[in-house]
Amino acid sequence: MSKILNTGNGACAMAVKAAKVDIIAAYPITPQTSIAEKLAAYVAQGEMDAKYLPVESEHSVMSASAAASAAGARTFTATSSQGLLYMHEVLHYTAGGRLPLVIANVNRAICAPWCLYVDHQDAVSQRDTGWIQFFVSTIQEIYDTILLAYKVTEQIEIPVMVNYDGFLLSHSMMPFEPADQALVDAFLPAYEPNWRLHPQWGGTFGNVAPADEYTAHRRRLAEDLEKAKELIESEARNFQDLIGRWHGGLLDWQGPGDAEVLLVSMGSMASEVQLAVQLLERHGIRAAGLRIRVFRPFPREALARIIPAGAKVLVFDRNHAYGTGGGALLSEIKAALYDRRDNIQITGRVMGVGGEDLPASLLASQALEMWEELNR
Amino acid sequence: MSARLQDLSSYEYVLPGSAACAGCPSSIALRLVGKALGENAVMVMTPSCAVASTGPLPHSCYNVPALNVCFASAGAAAGGLSLALEAQYEKGRLQGEMPTVFTWVGDGGTYDIGLQGLSAAAERNDNFIHFCYNNEAYSNTGMQRSGATPMHAVTTTTPLGKENPRKNLAMIMLRQEIPYMATASLSYPMDLYRKVVKAKSIKGFKYIEIHAPCAPGWKFATADTVEIGRLAVRSGAWLLWEAENGQVAVSSPTSQFTEGKAQPIPMIDYIGKQGRFAHLLKRDDQDAVLEEMRAAVLRDIRRLAENVNG
Repeated sequence: MSKILNTGNGACAMAVKAAKVDIIAAYPITPQTSIAEKLAAYVAQGEMDAKYLPVESEHSVMSASAAASAAGARTFTATSSQGLLYMHEVLHYTAGGRLPLVIANVNRAICAPWCLYVDHQDAVSQRDTGWIQFFVSTIQEIYDTILLAYKVTEQIEIPVMVNYDGFLLSHSMMPFEPADQALVDAFLPAYEPNWRLHPQWGGTFGNVAPADEYTAHRRRLAEDLEKAKELIESEARNFQDLIGRWHGGLLDWQGPGDAEVLLVSMGSMASEVQLAVQLLERHGIRAAGLRIRVFRPFPREALARIIPAGAKVLVFDRNHAYGTGGGALLSEIKAALYDRRDNIQITGRVMGVGGEDLPASLLASQALEMWEELNR
Repeated sequence: MSARLQDLSSYEYVLPGSAACAGCPSSIALRLVGKALGENAVMVMTPSCAVASTGPLPHSCYNVPALNVCFASAGAAAGGLSLALEAQYEKGRLQGEMPTVFTWVGDGGTYDIGLQGLSAAAERNDNFIHFCYNNEAYSNTGMQRSGATPMHAVTTTTPLGKENPRKNLAMIMLRQEIPYMATASLSYPMDLYRKVVKAKSIKGFKYIEIHAPCAPGWKFATADTVEIGRLAVRSGAWLLWEAENGQVAVSSPTSQFTEGKAQPIPMIDYIGKQGRFAHLLKRDDQDAVLEEMRAAVLRDIRRLAENVNG
């Protein structure tokens, strides 16, 4: 197909339509709202054979989505910021309930004080809910990852959150290539669940569990999240074979393969990091960008494999992990590489919170500072 | 032609093995509801005695598919479920008759934490029946006050008796102009049965609130659940009525009060049998308190009658 020009939210809605979703429950919040509006228009105009449930809050969005998924419907919603936080209880419920779902979370800062612009605090605050979390960096990747997310969630029965940066990706336009519907259908056939909340299947769902049953159930979720890594990588390859695009599996190395300084980030910041890497080259520093595409499950093994001995790892966090002295990505990367014990040096900065602009020059100067700190 | 209790279906929603207390009003009422709704139904529950008494996973005393979702979630979950099933029937992925979607929720999940989502489902006219089994407190957590707890009742969080009257949720629902709503009592099973059958036949949002006397919570003998429920209705403390598209019709025996054909029995005959009101009977001014309670009942009856005429 030829490329078209659209916003990130427009591309997201097009992917949801291509995925032939059965039901959408949504509630407006900036900067997500134009996804909900576009999907409502698709349904109203008969361009999409789906039901649209305009609920009164995000808690109800996720409650309705949980029950719709339990009924066996392919279900979608989108939110941002406070909306995602308001869903928190039901996010735990849907992961524990092993309910396949896809949500687009358009990343936005959280209150107080109020702020409309991007950071990753909303999604990072949900990291222990048991959801799979993607962070994507281009509008093409939004479109493709929504389709991939359905392929993954319906096989492993763990809900998937596709995160992308508010305004920077949601409202800016980039050319991208939608997929041919026949190819989408081949990649993502109609959903046939193993069980439905319906008299033909029966069963009591969400019952009270004694400790032994509860422990086993929650352990299976933890184990299956680990298995999701292999599934995501293999389905990303299937997507590439069929539709011809690749955005990395769990992570994406961007730059020279022999780099020993790595600038780690998530989301659209990774695109700017690629320019920062070129600026560092002028200072004689051979650097590369390392974009974490899947934050949950965290790609510990892939990181440990890919980072060379003696590397300097500079982490850019668009969130605070309050009380740890840095951001969540820094803690995760330190934990993932601890067992290596081969003189990898790791440091980080919290940057870009509340929409702070992150030009390549700023990223490069901060990287340089960190590099000098590590050399001291 | 009115059905008799012995003519009802032998189909049971609540199987032996339930962990509910002896004389549990939820179990009694849900059995009756099941006989009216039949096998082709799906139940949504929120945390409550009805969930806690299901029996431990993987066992269940409920003989109907059930989803126990988060506490505030009943309205949205049942709405989402109903619409998701409808989508799949329309696309031919499910065949046959669409099941009746209903909620089974306590007064906490209806009057308090669940009200926002429930009111929104009513406004959207989502296609399900919301059942509130109203035992007038958070009995699952050990009898704390809810918005449905009547004035003067002692609960663990109103140790001196509740200072405010209960919320009149049925009247709030009436103002939402839903296709069908009813109040009922497990002590008037055929009235309840008829209302459930009626609700099942109507598409859109239906609300049925069932008065459900709770023996351990209200402190009366476990054998007396049905008797206490009957006294609530006969004293006018609980009024039986229904409304189709906002048109109110009062059910018997409450209709005898609204039509002026009979007077409610004295409040003391109802509250005197419950430990939660025992403190009132030790007060010097108990006659004045009983008189106030009586006046509130007569006012509610008068207002209900005005809604019939209006």
